[in-house]
Amino acid sequence: MRRISALDRILLFTMVLVAAYQVVSGLDKFRNQVVFYFTISFGVLIIAGLLLILFGYEILENPFVVVVAALIPLSLSLGLILTYYPEVHIPYLIFAIAGIFAITITRLSSSKTIATLTLAVVHGIAGLTIFILPIILYARGKATLSLLFITMGATFIGLGGLLLALIQTGRPLLSRKTVFTLLPWILLVMTAAFSAGLGAMP
Amino acid sequence: MSGNFKERLKFYWQLIKALQTGLLLLTGITGFVTSRCPVMNAGIFLGLTGSLFLSISGSTILNMIIDRDIDTRMGRTAKRPIPSGKVTVKEALILGSILSFAGVAWAFSLSLIFGALVFAGLFFDVIVYSLWLKRRTPWSIVWGGIAGAMPIMAGRALGLGKVDSVGILLGLSILLWIPTHILTFSMKYYEDYARAGIPTFPSTYGFRKTRLIIAISSVGAAIAVGIGIMALGISWGYLRLLAVLSVGLLGLVLFSIFKPSEKVNLGLFKYASLFMLSSMIILISGVLL
Repeated sequence: MRRISALDRILLFTMVLVAAYQVVSGLDKFRNQVVFYFTISFGVLIIAGLLLILFGYEILENPFVVVVAALIPLSLSLGLILTYYPEVHIPYLIFAIAGIFAITITRLSSSKTIATLTLAVVHGIAGLTIFILPIILYARGKATLSLLFITMGATFIGLGGLLLALIQTGRPLLSRKTVFTLLPWILLVMTAAFSAGLGAMP
Repeated sequence: MSGNFKERLKFYWQLIKALQTGLLLLTGITGFVTSRCPVMNAGIFLGLTGSLFLSISGSTILNMIIDRDIDTRMGRTAKRPIPSGKVTVKEALILGSILSFAGVAWAFSLSLIFGALVFAGLFFDVIVYSLWLKRRTPWSIVWGGIAGAMPIMAGRALGLGKVDSVGILLGLSILLWIPTHILTFSMKYYEDYARAGIPTFPSTYGFRKTRLIIAISSVGAAIAVGIGIMALGISWGYLRLLAVLSVGLLGLVLFSIFKPSEKVNLGLFKYASLFMLSSMIILISGVLL
């Protein structure tokens, strides 16, 4: 595992500051439940950034990280759906809660294949939602171009997740060193993109 | 000569535990800012920071003199200026006394109540905690915590002219944060403390109970700061951020209970310091911005 460098720490701390600013000043325009969802997504980013700074990249090997990381796309997508498609909010909320339970339980008790499959399904649906929904909304004229920053953030979170997952499977796309050099940049750009995207929401 | 002077300054800097003193100083400034008095009054602000810096530094040096025999027996502290012989006891005593006296006198010159609280902090820290209780009971940390709570209460009292319930609440948050800080440290250096014959929570009640106490005090500290933020009428955004940071603290505490390890313990120690630093920044930003 590559040791965390001073530059990594600076980038991660900047990410924490961006997310903290969003939590403090960027959410008041939303209704309470949406604020709650977005606080979870940016809160996970804040805590993840701080833990990476304090513990280094070894913390990513903890199985609990996968469960917490799934909260980012799930809570972001919940906020988006409640804002733009409130009629499907409840079914999607049920899916999100069941998904988190399923990821947790399969991590603790099932075979690796079932755990990976469950994660792929839940994380995949949530990730695709935050990737595609802004594009659909923009195409239908329901949102401004800036909302596509959320799609950009989703692309980065997907990229980061994919690179880390491929390392876990033993078939890395890039070397470990390169992945962990890129990771703080990916997290920072992703957080900034999500913040910019939320700024475009009504 | 100048080289020698620079070297002495370096040793004095080590004597005052600059990071710890800085954090306590920040709590004092936070207390003052939360009183919403005219913060830009340069004379009072200089007096606040100057008197607190001198008195906290002075009490830290006096503690180092009292603990010099313990420090010699502990690997972590054996290289400190007094046990390593870089600064003599007499020199440290003169320096510590001058700084303490100057700090308290300056504090009294600003306000009677501010001076009384600054003096109380010094008294609880040096006399009650270090001199009287530290070698007798692990509960001495409560008095260390009360001493640590004095700067924030003093800062607020300087701005308001009285001690109010919010000041006590903010003081309580520091008091409850201190066990997280000290107890994680006493677990990490368990053998050091045992060798020095200092009773600690881990050596008296065991690691599991110590972790539970850390959990309870961490939750308490987060709640106290949270109520403080609400009482001060600071915007919800700051409360949300504090809630996020509190969840991180609680998560680490639970992790240290159910999956204890040296690394988690050290991480908790660092996170707790970061949590308190962030809480102070949140309070200052919430009031000023």
